[in-house]
Amino acid sequence: MSADNLEQKYKPVHTNKTGGSPFTGITGWIDNRLPVIRMFKHEYLDFQVPKSLSYFWSFGGILTICLILLIITGLSLGMHYKPDTKYAFDSVEKIMRDVNFGWLIRYAHMNLASFFFIAVYLHIFRGLYYGSYKEPRQLMWLIGIVIFFLMMATAFLGYTLPWGQMSFWGATVITNLFSAIPFFGESVVTWLWGDYSVGDAALNRFYVLHWLIAFLIVGAVVFHVIALHIVGSNNPSGIEPKDTRDTVSFSPFTTSKDLVGMLVFLLIFVTVMMYAPNYLGHPDNYIPANPLVTPPHIVPEWYFLPFYAILRSIPDKLMGVIAMVSSIAVLGLLPWLDFSKVRSSVFRPIWKQCVFLFVLNFFVLMYIGAAPAEGIYLVIGRIATAFWFAFFFILAPLVSIVEKPLPMPESIHEFENWKKQGKIKTINIFSK
Amino acid sequence: MNENKNKDKSTRRDFLTTVTATVGAVGVGAAVLPVISQMNPDSSVKALASIEVDISKVKEGQEITVLWRGKPVFIKRRTKEDILKAKETKMADLKDPQEDKARVIKEEWLVVIGVCTHLGCVPAGGQGDYSGWFCPCHGSHYDTSGRIRKGPAPTNLEVPKYEFVGSDKIKIG
Amino acid sequence: MKTFFLKVNFIFIFLIFAFISNISNSKEAQAELLKPNWSFDGFFGTFDRASLQRGFQVYKEVCASCHSMSLVSYRNLGEKGGPEFTEEEVKAIASQYEVTDGPNAQGEMFIRPGRPSDKFKSPYPNENASRSANGGAYPPDMSVLAKARPGGADYIYSVLMGYEEKVPENIKLEDGVYYNKYMSGNKIRMSKPLSDGSVEYSDGTKASEEQMAKDVTSFMMWAAEPHLEVRKKLGFKSVLYLLILTILVYLIKKKIWSRIESKV
Repeated sequence: MSADNLEQKYKPVHTNKTGGSPFTGITGWIDNRLPVIRMFKHEYLDFQVPKSLSYFWSFGGILTICLILLIITGLSLGMHYKPDTKYAFDSVEKIMRDVNFGWLIRYAHMNLASFFFIAVYLHIFRGLYYGSYKEPRQLMWLIGIVIFFLMMATAFLGYTLPWGQMSFWGATVITNLFSAIPFFGESVVTWLWGDYSVGDAALNRFYVLHWLIAFLIVGAVVFHVIALHIVGSNNPSGIEPKDTRDTVSFSPFTTSKDLVGMLVFLLIFVTVMMYAPNYLGHPDNYIPANPLVTPPHIVPEWYFLPFYAILRSIPDKLMGVIAMVSSIAVLGLLPWLDFSKVRSSVFRPIWKQCVFLFVLNFFVLMYIGAAPAEGIYLVIGRIATAFWFAFFFILAPLVSIVEKPLPMPESIHEFENWKKQGKIKTINIFSK
Repeated sequence: MNENKNKDKSTRRDFLTTVTATVGAVGVGAAVLPVISQMNPDSSVKALASIEVDISKVKEGQEITVLWRGKPVFIKRRTKEDILKAKETKMADLKDPQEDKARVIKEEWLVVIGVCTHLGCVPAGGQGDYSGWFCPCHGSHYDTSGRIRKGPAPTNLEVPKYEFVGSDKIKIG
Repeated sequence: MKTFFLKVNFIFIFLIFAFISNISNSKEAQAELLKPNWSFDGFFGTFDRASLQRGFQVYKEVCASCHSMSLVSYRNLGEKGGPEFTEEEVKAIASQYEVTDGPNAQGEMFIRPGRPSDKFKSPYPNENASRSANGGAYPPDMSVLAKARPGGADYIYSVLMGYEEKVPENIKLEDGVYYNKYMSGNKIRMSKPLSDGSVEYSDGTKASEEQMAKDVTSFMMWAAEPHLEVRKKLGFKSVLYLLILTILVYLIKKKIWSRIESKV
């Protein structure tokens, strides 16, 4: 064979991909070898976002800050906490009393967990109201639901660690949910406990899992953000940006706006943490765990109440658990159950009412979750549970077919003009 | 004219940004402080920072070791010979020159932290070329005043803060 | 717009709070708790040193015969933000107690006078001993009790003041059980602990039942939340700081956005 033929047979390869950096000097040298600097510039400085974003879009940033603060405070607490039923309660009290600023770090961690959920619920509401789950953002929405499940798991595990009465009985009740699994239920629960009841073995593994899931959340958030930077942000108009009149660069526009949102959120958080640090908690958790006495009212943390209400409104054990899990999982079907071409509720008069009813129903369930499971509460709980599922399986597809959307502007900048002229009503709450 | 106006505007914004960035940096600094500070000894540890040791039963030539802040403290009741040796040593022979009288409160009692100043091992008593202490890790020799004489350790055994309480008790820390 | 944003954000959160507080109040109908004016309430609340010191005396002379306070150390009594006894007083208080320590060089446990670094000595060696000495009822540890009851300090004060001779007809009391107007379930195993003159205050304050209840409740609140004063002070500073920073950042944001808003 001639040399010519040989060269034609093999395709050239390029394993060395250095170069192409827009930077010079040391920055350029690093960037040519590890292109994170240009990635950062591309994704966070030049990244174009719709200019109509309201403060509702700050919650992504707020949640990131919350997560970072939770991990920092969690790390600090982990340096003093002892996952042993004999020492857990006292080690938390030692943090509160003796460790330098321990009280601050622990109250911050405790309240951040609650505020994380406040922010996530507002974040989810934003998605529901403005149709952020629709094409092409379905996968991002699904990752979001995974994050929500992980959050609930790690919040629950974290709540068991101080080993107070609510920790212990919460752990007992929640782990017993797994006993609803047909055939294997009992063995699964025993396996989870590593014992015949919630005890030392369980506490130790809950501690490890609390950490693990925290980092799984970080991983899932990375995917969530990567997906966001591919599909781009939705916006109050629900219209995709078309030209530069519709967008602003991420920095300094979105960053400055997000920063305002974050600071206002932090302000509220700090006020609660410093002046009512135990307000969102339950006093019973300051009683050391006692396996012999169940507190008269077991109530989960406030952020679990709506789902707890759904669990209790189904009289069958297995069905109750299934209903509770699917009440969250069903969110994942929404991109396909709601097939209206219009994203934003601004142009969907009927769907808008449905979303508000859904929010109202959420609060009703929250109330029912804390009320005793009897009489009128049970009836209301069942109606509210039925509405929860009806929202997804009946209202979403039905409204998609029946509803006639309002006339829509051509572009985001036109949308902005319409808003100024008062032609359309948006939720003013988080607009400017 | 127009240019001037622009310039004015931009400096004002820069000023606002500088102020805000400074205020923000101060806040971040203040927020970091508790996270750093939590790793320092907590107040229950600090409360135990001093101990009282009964030395009434220590005979001449005997040495006891007590635990203070997680470290061994050697309390040695020195013999006349030990004291003499320690006093007669010439400053020129010492790696870390220090008079014996600067290292004791009462000549009879030597109190030193039993941690080799090289890399933190515990030297063994009554051994080594100078009948003081000998560190088995890297071969440092200390004399009867706990001073470094031979080997890699750079300084003398540290003397903790202590005081005599009455005639038969020492308070360390 | 800004204020509007703030307002609505608050509304959202208060809505959630309202629900939850509603829930915690919706427990069985109980007599409304007594609510004395606590010096430690409010945004600038601080403890009343003299009251804490008296409260400690009540705890020591009355409560401590049954209730432990095992998470609190004698040294805490001298720390800032608490009763602030002097160092000598703390040492003297600690040395009144006999503490088991050891093992000594002979391998035996020995008894020595307490030191400031020791934890409060418990009246019973363990919970079982405590139960058997108190007719099966366990007098709860008082270290965090003020945080472990709905109503907090108000509840503790109310229970202390809630003993009544006249028992309502619908309540049947077993042996060794007392009627208490504020205790959940109205039944309590603890006999009336305080009556006028139960202790003699060294500072000359008249030891009325009300005064003692107030003092000892304050003391328990401090024991449960020893950093309350620092927390409130730091809270005020950080809220003020965040307020300023938020305004500054908001001004920057407005400036930045004015660049494009004027163009449209």
